[in-house]
Amino acid sequence: MDTSLKIESLMQKGTAFFPGAVGPFADNADSLFYFIFWGSVIIFVGITLFVGYFLLAYRRKKDSQLATGQMTHNTLLELSWTVPPTILVLIVFIWGFKGYLHMAVPPLDAQEIHVNAKKWFWEFGYPNGNKAIGELVVPINTPITLIMSSDDVIHSFFVPNFRIKRDVLPNRYTKLWFEADKVGNYQVFCTEYCGTGHSAMSAIVRVLSAEDYKAWLADANSGDELPLDKLGEKLYTAKACVTCHSTDGSVRVGPSWKGIFDANRPIKGGSTVKGDENYLRESIVNPGAKVVVGFENIMPTYAGSLNDREISALIAYIKTLQ
Amino acid sequence: MSQVPLNYLNATKGLKSWLFTLDHKRIGIMYLMFIAISFGLGGFFALALRLELLNPKELLFTAKQYNQLFTLHGAVMVFLFIVPSIPASLGNFLLPLQLGAKDVAFPRLNLASLYIYVFGGLFCVYSMFSGAVDTGWTFYTPYSIDTSTSVISMTLGAFILGFSSILTGVNFIVTIHKMRAPGMTWFRMPLMVWSLYATAIIQVLATPVLAITLLLLILERTMGIGIFNPALGGDPVLFQHFFWFYSHPAVYIMILPAMGVISELVTAFCRKNIFGYKLVAFSSLAIAIISFFVWGHHLFVSGQSDYAAMIFSLLTYLVAIPSAVKVFNWIATMYRGSIQIKAPFLYFLAFLFLFSIGGFTGIMLGALSLDVHLHDTYFVVAHFHYVMMGGTVMAFIGGLHYWWPKMFGRMYSEFWAFIAWAFVMVGFNMVFFTQFILGAKGMPRRYYSYLDQFQPLHAFSTFGSWVMAVGFILMAFYLMDSLLNGKKAPDNPWGALTLEWQTQSPPLTENFIETPVVTRGPYDFGQEKRS
Amino acid sequence: MSMTLKKPHHVAHHFASEAQEFESARLGMWIFLVQELLFFGALFVVYAIFRWWHPETFMEAHQYLSWKWGAFNTVVLIASSFTMVMAVRSAQVNQRKSLISYLSLTLIFAGVFLGVKYIEYMEKIHHGFLPGSFFSAQGVSEYLHLFFGIYFTMTGLHGLHILVGMALIVWLLIRSFRGEFHSEYYTPLEMVGLYWHFVDLVWIFLFPLLYLIG
Repeated sequence: MDTSLKIESLMQKGTAFFPGAVGPFADNADSLFYFIFWGSVIIFVGITLFVGYFLLAYRRKKDSQLATGQMTHNTLLELSWTVPPTILVLIVFIWGFKGYLHMAVPPLDAQEIHVNAKKWFWEFGYPNGNKAIGELVVPINTPITLIMSSDDVIHSFFVPNFRIKRDVLPNRYTKLWFEADKVGNYQVFCTEYCGTGHSAMSAIVRVLSAEDYKAWLADANSGDELPLDKLGEKLYTAKACVTCHSTDGSVRVGPSWKGIFDANRPIKGGSTVKGDENYLRESIVNPGAKVVVGFENIMPTYAGSLNDREISALIAYIKTLQ
Repeated sequence: MSQVPLNYLNATKGLKSWLFTLDHKRIGIMYLMFIAISFGLGGFFALALRLELLNPKELLFTAKQYNQLFTLHGAVMVFLFIVPSIPASLGNFLLPLQLGAKDVAFPRLNLASLYIYVFGGLFCVYSMFSGAVDTGWTFYTPYSIDTSTSVISMTLGAFILGFSSILTGVNFIVTIHKMRAPGMTWFRMPLMVWSLYATAIIQVLATPVLAITLLLLILERTMGIGIFNPALGGDPVLFQHFFWFYSHPAVYIMILPAMGVISELVTAFCRKNIFGYKLVAFSSLAIAIISFFVWGHHLFVSGQSDYAAMIFSLLTYLVAIPSAVKVFNWIATMYRGSIQIKAPFLYFLAFLFLFSIGGFTGIMLGALSLDVHLHDTYFVVAHFHYVMMGGTVMAFIGGLHYWWPKMFGRMYSEFWAFIAWAFVMVGFNMVFFTQFILGAKGMPRRYYSYLDQFQPLHAFSTFGSWVMAVGFILMAFYLMDSLLNGKKAPDNPWGALTLEWQTQSPPLTENFIETPVVTRGPYDFGQEKRS
Repeated sequence: MSMTLKKPHHVAHHFASEAQEFESARLGMWIFLVQELLFFGALFVVYAIFRWWHPETFMEAHQYLSWKWGAFNTVVLIASSFTMVMAVRSAQVNQRKSLISYLSLTLIFAGVFLGVKYIEYMEKIHHGFLPGSFFSAQGVSEYLHLFFGIYFTMTGLHGLHILVGMALIVWLLIRSFRGEFHSEYYTPLEMVGLYWHFVDLVWIFLFPLLYLIG
């Protein structure tokens, strides 16, 4: 398995305004952007020249402070700056609509992957039942349809390199499709404001070559050989625990994991509880049961997102953080 | 000091004479004061959040505090500053003067609107100290139902401010219909009045929908009625539809008065009749009407139907045309004029260029496929700041400088006005042009922490915010100085023809000694043979 | 309208004539009512959308409302509109006594309406037909709590408007006792009248939409 997780930079490659282009939609969006951009530049320069010339030519004179003309109408002139812009924006409208329709209709043979958004991570469900958090792995040159829903508030799935974005709603499915034509790791952002962890709610789309993808499928349960605490360390990032919990004692949205094992934890309501295996397990599966003082009850449940071995692995990892 | 003639400022004395005044000019001045304070407050939040963004990770604030900062910045700037900015302050001061009337139609209602505004503002301020709201100024459900911060006080504040806006709108419409001086026909009205008229129509028609939406959100939080809550069978996207049914026309509540100011500035400083008076006047009304049918362009990626998206995109372009036509008309007005570059005219130029950039980028955002990429990124942030700040705020400041001598009877320093303008212009473009690039590159808005690769652009944007702040602080100083030490202003320092310049500076409480009789249009410089 | 000034009403200083003052007030009131229309209009849109999504819920829910009380209240409000018209007319023909009695009648009708509303609300609360999260009644449909959320919001806001109207009528009564309204000046009466008819009209729509589904 390819272990290099370098994400394509959004600032390098690409054009002056746009990040590197991947997939079928970039052509339409980018060319449309530059069409409007250069059109605007031409009009803007025109405006500037006219205004500049008027400022120079018609500066108020000391001897005569009156305007030299009082033109109030010129039908030809008015038509000439009403009709062409109207035609231009209609072109832009049709151009944009065509691109939008292309995005709206996924090919029939597209592979379906379920996307579940929760505060604040992305969970991807593959057809074979595998689930992964924070990493969407897809083969190159294969149309993929994402069927998305949210467990809590509205999120939005955005891959700048692919030029795709769609809101992810609770109680409803929204669809999004793409077909990556370049191997690489691409940044996913949440673009609908969803609270404290909004900016940390990112993920990666890993586009693999056909062979690598096969290998990845075969290798999907590779976590089995790792010792528990090492697997836990891996899951800490992979399952997006890192969004809210630090391992160095600093406070994020949730309590830091450093030194919490076997420590006395003050709980909302006045009691304390010992941070043993059972407490940690309960806090992963049913986070609202005992909330530590100073934090809010906002963590989603990981029941179903982690199997028993993975929960044990996380607890084993927490034990090492003393 | 020379003897100051009797005017609306010194006619009566004492705090009470201001608190219970029915004079539209005093009410306008009080609005101006509160609006200036709100702008300062919103600007302070803006500086604070730009400062935090200097660093890709934590710098000064926690994520939650940052979210509260951008929410407060947005809510204060939108509801307390920019919606009332031009209509309530300049509009109140000017409307009766420009019509040749003694006051607005309902002076008591006018004072009540001011107090409702202050009352609503107090709720917003209260919200800042009671667990400041962190939903973004758009209050999207279901997040705004779930969050533990003080949503109710802020939405209640906006709800109350809405009524202030509605009542001002009612007052202005009636004033324009019924209070015009003899001879002031509809087509002899200054374009400022036309734009206030169009604005008032939107205020009356759109604001109640926002009011009911915010009320439903409050009920959602207090009683869980479930209309916007997916957990109870409701629909969160319905909230977005309702919200933008108000808030998109509200964008025109913000920009239309600015367009009115700009028409006054360009004619006065070019000594030129406006090019295409009727076109400019009617395009205000056209914009007001079409603006009610474009709200869906905020929801292109929310899962609304593709046909709805298509229609909203098309209508968005239709509303763009009248705005573009206006820009060309203003430029044509300069042709063969007698152009005097004074502070207000500098802001006219600022408006012209910045608003055009806002318009061009609006064309990009209205294109469906392109919007999918740009939606909810910094590109949108930059776009609406170019329109709202580059457009409305520049016009507001230009108008303030234009009517300042009339309002206070004092001149200000042209030199310092130029310096401040230069700082604001440079700073503004540093802050926001940068954000076009950031957004197109994929930087989402409302992000507390961001990828390291975005840092240089973010830092440049933050530096720009400091440059701009210097400009505004300078402005506050020289305007204050003008009040205390400014040269006495003549009645008509710019040689303009609209009625407010035909009375003394500052005007009498009754505005005119005798009700003026209007015999010509507002910009008939051709017939005016004086220098 | 007469242009002569016989009685103690003074035209406000910024108006040129009584006619201008009256017409301004009337235009202002109409524009205000347009605003009210959009205010309730948004709620009617909410109603329409949820009824479209959950027709069976709305069918079921209306059975829990008493159409008899609703119909009674409709009659009461129509009657109050009539007495309001008569009150304005009494002022126009300088009949102070009948003005006061018609206004009092209107006030009583409004009170009866709210009384009936109180009985209805109490009954709903007793059976747990409450909005949203407070809903605790037994019903078949899944979304009954949404219907009652809409029901309470709409009738509640309407009731609030009735209350405001009653306060205005009390204010009119006081001024009528002082003899301030007569054939030369009755602007406030006419304005409150317009408002009152609007509030009645809203109920005329609310009644069939909420009580008579099916």
